[in-house]
Amino acid sequence: MKEYFNNAWSALYTIFVGMKITFKHLFVPSVTIQYPDVKLQLPERERNRLYVNMDDCIGCDQCARACPVDCITIETVKGIPGEDLGKTSNGKKKALWVTKFDIDFAKCCYCQLCVFPCPTECIYMTDVYEFSEFERSNLIYDFVTLTPQEREDKKNNYAKFEAEKAAEKAAAKPAPATKPIENQETPKP
Amino acid sequence: MIYDFLFKITDSNIIASIIQSLLPLFIFILPFALFAVWLERKVSAHMQDRLGPMRVGYHGALQTIADILKLVQKEDIIPNEADKPLFNIAPVLVFIGSYAVFAAIPFSGAFIGSNIDLGIIFIIAASGFVVAGILMAGWASNNKYSLLGAMRSAAQIISYEIPTVLVVLTIIMITGTTNLQTLSEMQTGHFWNWMILGGPKFGIAKFIFIPFMIINFIIIYISTLAEVNRTPFDIPEAESELVSGYHTEYSGMKFAMFFLAEYANMFAVSAIVTALFFGGYQSPVGYVGNLFGIHWLIPIEQFFWFTAKGIFFVFVQMWLRWTLPRLRVDQLMTACWKYLIPIAFVNLIIIGLITVL
Ligand code: SF4
Ligand code: SF4
Repeated sequence: MKEYFNNAWSALYTIFVGMKITFKHLFVPSVTIQYPDVKLQLPERERNRLYVNMDDCIGCDQCARACPVDCITIETVKGIPGEDLGKTSNGKKKALWVTKFDIDFAKCCYCQLCVFPCPTECIYMTDVYEFSEFERSNLIYDFVTLTPQEREDKKNNYAKFEAEKAAEKAAAKPAPATKPIENQETPKP
Repeated sequence: MIYDFLFKITDSNIIASIIQSLLPLFIFILPFALFAVWLERKVSAHMQDRLGPMRVGYHGALQTIADILKLVQKEDIIPNEADKPLFNIAPVLVFIGSYAVFAAIPFSGAFIGSNIDLGIIFIIAASGFVVAGILMAGWASNNKYSLLGAMRSAAQIISYEIPTVLVVLTIIMITGTTNLQTLSEMQTGHFWNWMILGGPKFGIAKFIFIPFMIINFIIIYISTLAEVNRTPFDIPEAESELVSGYHTEYSGMKFAMFFLAEYANMFAVSAIVTALFFGGYQSPVGYVGNLFGIHWLIPIEQFFWFTAKGIFFVFVQMWLRWTLPRLRVDQLMTACWKYLIPIAFVNLIIIGLITVL
């Protein structure tokens, strides 16, 4: 009998204890943030969307080779002699036109392995993590700064240059003495 | 009073009664449900140190309207194997059950849907309708979880009706009336005339009544909580065990019906507790209208007090929901048959003896 009343009393009493606790929490400031308006400070070494600074990229393909899922595709053409491709910020001379630099973020696993081999430190992680898309193809990012026209031009130039060189070689075989000097001067201006 | 007024403008008692019967739905239940759903989310959020809906309107005030718009657009899915007529009728029946209760609830001195003498008995009888609707929904869904939920719900509602009725009986013994309007009028004056503080008659009996009344109040509050299937008594719709019980298969507007019925029910039982123990629509401290002699203000004030008390008890229901974990089936039955019913019986006998003496 005593146990019966004890049970009833402790049930009632503990309900009030619980209610007191929850009531206190009504006035505790919330621990959550209003996400799209307020964002958390990300840690320093966060790994999110990659960015490639094309001004510094020398097109060495090291990042693409390091990538475990092969989501970087790079295509390059050599600059023809005499063309000024500019320098990277740490003083290296660029020799290649990068005509294609696509990163497929649908495949990327954000392992950061592509970042370390880069000799000019031009591929790096940013703090952008909101880039969802409705189409998977929209996740393929093209980083090349050249316009499609320019890319074609560069390819054609090089092809032309190659063709000229081949023609020249063919022509030079019978008479190797005079022609090369002339040819060297033509592309200069 | 409202009926007379409507009768005067429409000049037809059929139209007047139709309008009057729809009034609580449109001026009270729908806005209340909108408010209560929002309140529930806010209360739950703040109790868990969150903010809850914040983006639609000021602090998410229009969130429920957005939700309703979404529900309206949803496809109405009826499972192939369901018993279609029953499946379609069930939500309506559940809603009718909870809406019928509002007919006898005195919102203010000037507005009571139907001032029947058997008020409180009618309410208990009408709320029994809900069980039929829930069983129907569970059976017609042809889904084992729905059926389990419906069975549990029926068992629960039927068992918890007993302590409710026993407590109501003690009140009837003291006041000698089952008419809620008269009951509310009896508790007029100040808060010390409320039934929880022994009722309007001054005397030794009043003070002896107080502890028993408080026990009565706790019993009826717990058992009505169980009748409306709210946590900690929500085993009929226990998400972690039964998906969502008897309304698992419902979608769109039919689901909204169940939802509306649930919130209407919440207010209905709070209103019953208010009317029985906390003076119904009577103000605890007197009326501004009386103070300045503006008599048309009094019914409005009464309406305000009634909703305020009702919403307070609805808030307590939410508060309990986010405090207590769900009971097991056996605990549920133990709580009812071993604790509430015997205590309510003893209470009934003691109060009966005191009133006789
Ligand atoms: S982060 Fe990893 S997966 Fe993504 S591009 Fe770099 S190497 Fe490839
Ligand atoms: S490793 Fe760096 S420089 Fe080389 S291709 Fe990749 S981004 Fe360009």
